[in-house]
Amino acid sequence: MTATITEAEATEVAGPSKLRDAVIVAAIYLASIVGALILSALLVGVTGGSWRKVFSALIDGSVRNDGAWGQTLSGMAPLLIVATGAIVSTRAGLVNIGQEGQLLVGAVFAAYLGNHMSGPGPLVIGCALVFGAFGGALWAGIAAALRFGRGVPEVLSTLLLVFVAFPLLDYALRYKSLLLDNDPTVKQQLNTGTQLPSDRRLPRIDFFGNEFHFGVIIALVVVLLGALVLARTVWGFRLRMFGLNPRTAQRMGVSAVVMGTAALVVSGALAGLAGGVLLAGTPDYRITVGYSRSFGWNGLLVALLARNRPLLVIPMAFVFAALRTGSNYLGATGVARDIVDVVQALLVLALLIPPAVLFIRDRRRAVAATSARV
Amino acid sequence: MSFFTAVWDIFSTGSLYGSTTRLAVFLALAAAGEWVAERAGTLNISVEGMCLVAAFAGVAGSDVTHSAVGGVAFGMFAGVVVASIQGNMSHRLTANQFVVGLAINVLALGLTSFLRQQVDLDVRAAGTFPGASHLPGVLREVFDQRWTAYLAIPAIAGCWWLVYRTRWGLEVRAVGENPQSADVSGIHVNRRRREAILVCGAMCGLAGSYIAVDTSGFSPNMTSGRGYIAIAAVIFGGWTLRGALAGCVLFGGAEALTLVVQRLELDVNRQFLQAFPYLVTLVVMAVFAKRTRQPQALAQPFVRGLT
Repeated sequence: MTATITEAEATEVAGPSKLRDAVIVAAIYLASIVGALILSALLVGVTGGSWRKVFSALIDGSVRNDGAWGQTLSGMAPLLIVATGAIVSTRAGLVNIGQEGQLLVGAVFAAYLGNHMSGPGPLVIGCALVFGAFGGALWAGIAAALRFGRGVPEVLSTLLLVFVAFPLLDYALRYKSLLLDNDPTVKQQLNTGTQLPSDRRLPRIDFFGNEFHFGVIIALVVVLLGALVLARTVWGFRLRMFGLNPRTAQRMGVSAVVMGTAALVVSGALAGLAGGVLLAGTPDYRITVGYSRSFGWNGLLVALLARNRPLLVIPMAFVFAALRTGSNYLGATGVARDIVDVVQALLVLALLIPPAVLFIRDRRRAVAATSARV
Repeated sequence: MSFFTAVWDIFSTGSLYGSTTRLAVFLALAAAGEWVAERAGTLNISVEGMCLVAAFAGVAGSDVTHSAVGGVAFGMFAGVVVASIQGNMSHRLTANQFVVGLAINVLALGLTSFLRQQVDLDVRAAGTFPGASHLPGVLREVFDQRWTAYLAIPAIAGCWWLVYRTRWGLEVRAVGENPQSADVSGIHVNRRRREAILVCGAMCGLAGSYIAVDTSGFSPNMTSGRGYIAIAAVIFGGWTLRGALAGCVLFGGAEALTLVVQRLELDVNRQFLQAFPYLVTLVVMAVFAKRTRQPQALAQPFVRGLT
C-alpha cells in the first residue's frame, strides 16, 4: 500500500518536518563556511604555504597564547561599533559603505581634541570620543547632503569620501598645530601624531590575565543600545519602516530627508566613535598614516555577515577580530597576512549563499503547492 | 601674474594630454562596461574589484605567455570570471548586489595583495602603436600610446552597438527600465542582467589588463578607487555612453592635472592634489547627478511575483 504512494503525495501527507528543515539549514550554512575555509586553505597550499601552520598560527595568536583573548576583545571593540552603525543605515535602506573614511576622520578629530584640550583626563577622553563621533557624522553628513540635496547615490559618495579622508589625515600630520608629534623630548618623526598623555587613555581592565581596554564595554553598550533602539523604540520602528517601504513610510509621516539623513549621520557618528575608541584604546595611542587599517571595511563586513541583526554582530565581530589578531602571528609561517582579508571576504560571500538558497527553495515549494491545488 | 603663468605652464605641458589620454582610456573601458550593466539595472560596484583582479591577471598572463597579448587575454578572462561571481550571486541567488560587490572588492584587494607577495611576476609591457610617434606636438602626446589603448575604440563602439543596435540591447534596456513588463513580454530578466554584467566584466578585464601591460609590474591596490570614478562617470553622463565618455575625459584630466602639477613642482599642497580627482568627481556629481533620469529599475533586484 505504502509503496504505491508517490513522492509528491508523501510530502503532502507528511508536510515538511520542522526538524528536518532545521538540519538542512544548518547543513547548508556549515557547507558554505567549510567551503570558504577549504578555498582559503587551497589558496595557501597552491602558493607554497602550509595551511596547517597558518591555521594553528591564527588560533595561537587569537585565543591560545597568554593574554590573546584580551587582544582579540580589544580588537572587537571598533568592529562592533562600526557594524552597529552600518546596521542602522542599512536598516533604513541606505547603503553607507564609507565607514573606513568615517572612522579615519573620527580618529583625526578625537586625536586633535585629545591632545589640544585642557582639563581633567576623563573629561578629555569623553569629549574626544564625542568629537570623534562628530567627525564621523560630519563625513557621513556630506554624503547625506549630496544624496538628499543633489541626488548623488550614497553608495558612491561614501566610497569616494574614503579617498578624500586619507589625504586629510596626511595633511593634518604635516603640522604641529594639528596632529604632528609636538613632544620636544622625542626625536622628531615624520607622519606620526602626538601620543595621548597617559591620563587621557581608555582605562585597561585586567580579567584573569587578559587585558582589554574600556572601549570593549563602550562597544557592547553601543551594540545593545542599537538593538534596543531598532527593535523597541518608535524611532527605530519608523526607521525600519522607511527602509522596508519608503512610500508607505512617507504616507505615515516619515520624512525621507530627515530620516535618511539621520540614519546616515548616526552610522557615520558610530564609525567616528569607533575611530576615537581605537585611538584612545590601542597602545601607542597615537595616530599614524593610514591609521584606520581596514577597521572600517572589516566592521562593515561584520554587519553584512550578521545579516543586519545587531546581536549577531557580537559573534561575527569576534571571528573577525580573532582573524585580525591571529594574523600578527603569520610572519613565522612565511604566508602573507593578506590571506586574512581573503578569508574574511570569502566568508562573507559564502554566508550570502544559504539564505538565498533557502529563499529559492521556499519559493519553489510555494509554487509547487499552488499548482498542486489547481 | 604668477598664477596665470603657472596655469599656462600646466596647460602647455605636453604630458598633460598624454596622461589624460592614458587615464581616460582606462576609465572609459571600465565606464563603458559599467554603463551596459547599469542600463540592465545593476549598479555594479564590483567594477573596482574586476579591474584589480584583471590587472593582476594581466601581469600574470604576460609573465606566463611572455607577451602582452597573453596579458590582455588573461585579464579579460579574469574580469569575466569575477563578473560571473557577481552576476550569479546577485541575479541568480538574489543576494544584495551591493553586498556582493563590496565583498568582491575586498576579496580582490586581499587576493591580489596576497598573491603578489607569494609569487614573483615579470611584466611584458605592450609596444606602442606604430607610426604615432611621428605625429607633431600634442597629437603625438595623445596618440603615442601602447597599442592596447587602441583596443578601446572597437570595444567601446561594440558596447554602443550591442546596447542600441541589437535585440539583446533592446531587451537589456527594457530590463533596466521596467523588469516587470519585460518579464511579461517573455524576456528572461535576470539572465539579461547577468549577461550585461559579463559584458561589464570583459570591459573591466580590458581596462585592468591595459594598466597592467602599461606599467612595470603589479602594485597592491594599483587601481586605487578609479573603478568607483568610472561608476561616477556613468552617472555624470546621465546613462548615455557619450556622456560617460565625456566624464571619463574630465576625471582622467583631473588626475593628469595633479601629475603635471607634481612634475612641475608647483607650490600646491600635495595632500590636496591626492584628494583632487575624488573631490572633482564629488563636486561634478553634485552638480550633474540630478540633471538626468536614471534607468528606473537601477539597483532594484527582480524576483518574479514579488514586486
